[in-house]
This record gives sequence, C-alpha cells and structure tokens, in this order.
Amino acid sequence: MAEVEINAVSKAFGKAQAVSGLSLTVGDGEFVALLGPTGAGKTTALRLIAGLERPDCGSIRIDGRDVTGDAPADRDVAFVFQQYSLYPHLTVFENMAFALRAPTRRVPEADIRAKVQEVARLLHIESKLHNKATQLSGGQMQRVAIGRALVRSPSIYLMDEPLSSLDAKLRGELRLELKRIQVDLGATILYVTHDQTEAMTMASRIGVIEAGRLMQIGSPREIYENPVNAHVAARLGQPTINLLPAALFAGVPAGVETIGARTEHLTIGRGGGDVSATVKRVEHLGDQSHLHLDLGGRPVVTLADPEAGLGAGDEVSLRLNKPLFFDAKGWRVAA
Amino acid sequence: MTSATTAHSVVEPSAATRRFAGSLVVLYAVITMIPLVWIMLTAFKSPDDAISYPPKVMFKPSLEGFCNLFTTRSRQTPDFIRSLGPPQGLCDSIARSRNMVVAGPSNYVPRFVNSLIIAFGSTVLAVALGTLSAYGFSRFRVPLKDDLLFFILSTRMMPPIAVAIPIYLMYRTVGLSDTRLGMILLYTSVNVSLAVWLLKGFIDEIPREYEEAAMIDGYTRFQAFVKVVLPQATTGIAATAIFCLIFAWNEYAFAVLLTSGNAQTAPPFIPIIIGEGGQDWPAVAAGTTLFLVPIVVFTVLLRKHLLRGITFGAVRK
Repeated sequence: MAEVEINAVSKAFGKAQAVSGLSLTVGDGEFVALLGPTGAGKTTALRLIAGLERPDCGSIRIDGRDVTGDAPADRDVAFVFQQYSLYPHLTVFENMAFALRAPTRRVPEADIRAKVQEVARLLHIESKLHNKATQLSGGQMQRVAIGRALVRSPSIYLMDEPLSSLDAKLRGELRLELKRIQVDLGATILYVTHDQTEAMTMASRIGVIEAGRLMQIGSPREIYENPVNAHVAARLGQPTINLLPAALFAGVPAGVETIGARTEHLTIGRGGGDVSATVKRVEHLGDQSHLHLDLGGRPVVTLADPEAGLGAGDEVSLRLNKPLFFDAKGWRVAA
Repeated sequence: MTSATTAHSVVEPSAATRRFAGSLVVLYAVITMIPLVWIMLTAFKSPDDAISYPPKVMFKPSLEGFCNLFTTRSRQTPDFIRSLGPPQGLCDSIARSRNMVVAGPSNYVPRFVNSLIIAFGSTVLAVALGTLSAYGFSRFRVPLKDDLLFFILSTRMMPPIAVAIPIYLMYRTVGLSDTRLGMILLYTSVNVSLAVWLLKGFIDEIPREYEEAAMIDGYTRFQAFVKVVLPQATTGIAATAIFCLIFAWNEYAFAVLLTSGNAQTAPPFIPIIIGEGGQDWPAVAAGTTLFLVPIVVFTVLLRKHLLRGITFGAVRK
C-alpha cells in the first residue's frame, strides 16, 4: 500500500475534455470515492492512474515515484472493472491466479494456490473455484472480479463502479463486505461511483467530480453539510436538494440567487410559515413519504411524516430552517 | 413434446414452417451431394461401367480406378505377359487382364504431398499474418486505417488470374517458378486479405477490457494478446483457416501456370490422368475422391468452431 498523488492531470479525447486539471492525493490506507454523474470523467481519472490512458499534461506519482510514462504493468495497481471483465476461457481459480502468474512476478505455484484460496474464502466463492467464469451469477462474477484484485497487494486498488450492475440487495451486502475487507487489509482504494449511498457509507473522503473537474473533496459529512456549490449539493441527499429562486422568499442575504433546501431545511406546517405551497402528490414509500409540492409554479420535493395525513390539493406552509445559499453562478454564499 | 405443451413465442416459427424449412434444407443437401456421390461411385467402377449408358447405379465394385491412379502401366503382347511370373499384387493382375504390366508408381502421391505442404503452409502463414494485422487494425490508431483496409480488401476485387502474367514473369525472374515456396507465398498473399477482414470482425468483438485487465495484472501487450485475445479468437481463427485452406487446396489456374515437374499440386495433375491410356474416368474419380479427404477431415476436426464462426462474428460486422 502506498500514497498516490495526482497533480494537475488533464486528458482530452479529440475535442471532448474528459479530465481537466485534476489534483488529488489518496493517502496510504485511505478509501477515497469519486462521485459524479455519467460522463463526468471519473472512469478516465482511474484509467489515467492505471496507465491505460496517457495524460495530456500533469503527473502521477505512486509511493513517491513518478509513473506518468510507465506501462500499466509497471505501476503496481489493481483495477476492478465495471463489467467484471473476467477472462471467459478460464476458470474462476485461473482468473484469480492470472495476475500472480504474470511472467514478471514469478510467484511459486503453491503460494498462488494458498493466496487464491484465502481470498476466495474471504469473498465466499470457494465452492466456485473450478467453475468456468461464465457459469456464475452476476453477484458471483463481481466477487471474482474483486477477488482478482485482492490476491495482489498493489499500491492502490482502483475500482470502477464495481457494484453498479448488481441488484439492490446484493449491492448492499457487498458494500458492507468491501468496507470490512478494506479495513481488515488496510487497503488504499480509489473508488468511482455515481451512487451517493456507496460513497457516503464506504469512503473516508469523497471527491465530487463534474465535467472533468474536481469540485470538492472532503469527508462525507463535510461534503453533505458544507457543499461549495449547487452541483455538489445536488449530488448528495435523498430526495435531491430543492434549488429555488431566492425571490420567492423574504430576508435572504445580498447576492443570493438560489436557495438550496433539503428536507431538513424545510419545516412543513398548516399555516404560519414563510410561504405557502400546494401538495401535488404524495408517494408512500412505507417508512417515509415523498411530498411533491408546488411552490409558485416550482416543484419542491421533501419528506413528510406518513402520519401527517396530507393529500393532493392540500395547502401547506413552508418555513426555511438554515438553508444553503448560492450566488448566480451556483457558488456557495455564507449565510 | 408438441407446441401445445410448451411455451411458444410468436416470434418462433410454427411446427409446419419448421418442417417446410427442414425439408428445403434436406432437398438442397441432396442436390449438392449428387455430384459427390457420383464421383465416389465412379471411382469404384470399371472403365466400361463408368461410361455405360444408361448410367449404372448398381455395379460390381472394382479397384481398377485406384490402381490406375497410383501406377503407370505399359502395354505388352499377351505372349510376353504369359512369359512373366505370377502377378505382383492386385494392381498387376488387373493390368495384366488388360494386356498391360505395371511399370512403376504414378506422380499422384508426390503431387498430393505438394498440395498438402502448399495448402497447409499458406494457410498457417495467412492466418498468422492475418491475426496479427487484424489485431493491429482493431486495437491501434493506425493512420489511414480505413484506406489501408480498403486497399487490402481491393486485392480481392479482381479475379486473381488477372495478374497471372506479371506474376509469372516475376516468379521466373526471381526463381520462384515451380517451387513450393513460391506457391505458398502466392496463396498466402491472396488469402491474407480475406484473413484480415474476417479476423478483424472477430477481434473487434472481443472487449478491450480483457487486455487492459491483463496489462494491469502485469503482462505486456504481446503477452496479453497471446494469453487473452488468442484463446477467445479461436472460433474466428478456425473459420478463417478453413476458408483459406479451401481456397489454397482447390486453386487451379495459378497452379497450372506456375508449376510443372517440381511443385505441381494435385488439381492440375488430376485431369492429366485421363490422357494416359484412353478415357480413364475411374482413375480421375479416384483421384478426386482422395483429394476431398483432407478438407473433410480438417473441417470435421474444426466443425464445432466453424459453425459458430460462420454464424457469429464474421456476419455481424
């Protein structure tokens, strides 16, 4: 395990700027998640670190060594691909042993056997070791893909949405397992995802990436409570933060164009609030309800107590409770 | 199981359609098989049965065709033949019944060996070169890639025989006329364009992520190619190899033009048999029947790959 340092790295594909001026340090033993929408440049960032792409400018250092021009094989990184990418002509065992059998590594066959067994036990796929990689369920394939990386002890594990193609239940289970394994091994992981729950629950730090730029990096709590701009604020929170024109409310600070209001920033009452809104629809999710409101023609989504007994057409009053303020360009303005 | 007891999707053909399609396939197979069966039957006929009219379907099988294929014979007077000792083997006794004696082996075996060496040699070369260039075209940003691919394909657009005379003159100058190496190079150059195009289709289908994974796992690109790409391209390689082999094996025009005593292949040799001692159709048929064997064996060995190969990769792109 080692520290990975990316310094002002940019990469364009033709006219499309995939990553611009990305600087990021992943500390030894740290779990950093890159969170962003599809096409934000998250995968390109991983591929640059792995050496699958050459940066247009900037440098990448692993464990203090400049690896910017090195071949992937010389960088000592492990990669978990989104689509598993298990070698279809090999068995599960051979897939997991593949990296250890690389000609440059010369790991004795007995050690390979022991290591693969150990990782397979960790991931609960021991009974599948002699199956063809193509004869597994999606969840098992994903475990093998992770296992293929775990048999090595690289400087850093690079994981590209490794759980995205799994169903919700399995994703939840593997999320816990992955975090447990990371803590047990003290592994350094850079994890790319568009799923805020994965980022919030597993990462020690989250980097929010948007249009190839790193918008903000910090602890999950910091990112959630103190977003630098509206983009970052919109990445986290369920339901998504409501971005409302400041003109709808009285008494906002000067220069504020947009008010960001999450569920916890909104108090719903039956009169006596700052503004009034109409209930358009109530979505019952069991433990909670999503309340869709109409506020002067603007949609607002918030959580409501299922016991509140609100229905479509009801008038409610809204009161803001320490919301987030943004200027005309979406940057945060201090309250 | 009938369609009434199984789930039946509307996109699946009905049982009647299936039976109709099946009988069409059988009919087509029968029609294409008739000449083959005819040749094989003729190979076992006596020369008289072979040219009898109406044609005989039932006849007394004879190995005379095969004997005439493998031997040369000389005509002798009955008195001379009677003065010889007992016939040496089956072919000698057949020859003697026609007032001839076996003079020695024919050229069929050496020609057949030439065919084997040239066809398999050029197939191996064409597939090896084709796989490497197809991989290059599939994976790397090659300048003028589309133009190069079109150029490679365009070599197949004219009949190969259109360049026969220039090639004949070139081969005579560089000393490749009537050599096995010359024929191997010629058939390789014709086949390599087919191989590049077929194999590029197959390699394009193999996700790059496998190689990327292997390269991160500590392999060089070439090692990743050998360990990951080749095993997954076997279907395409097998299908391509069969197409290349069939072309090289059957090729007639260049073989007639460029080979004679030394590197002659079986296709130009087989028709020559007919000139030796009358219209010897059974010998020609025997030569043709044996000539089919290597292709049949090779295709049967690779049939599992071939079927998948023709129906997938090659067609999809």
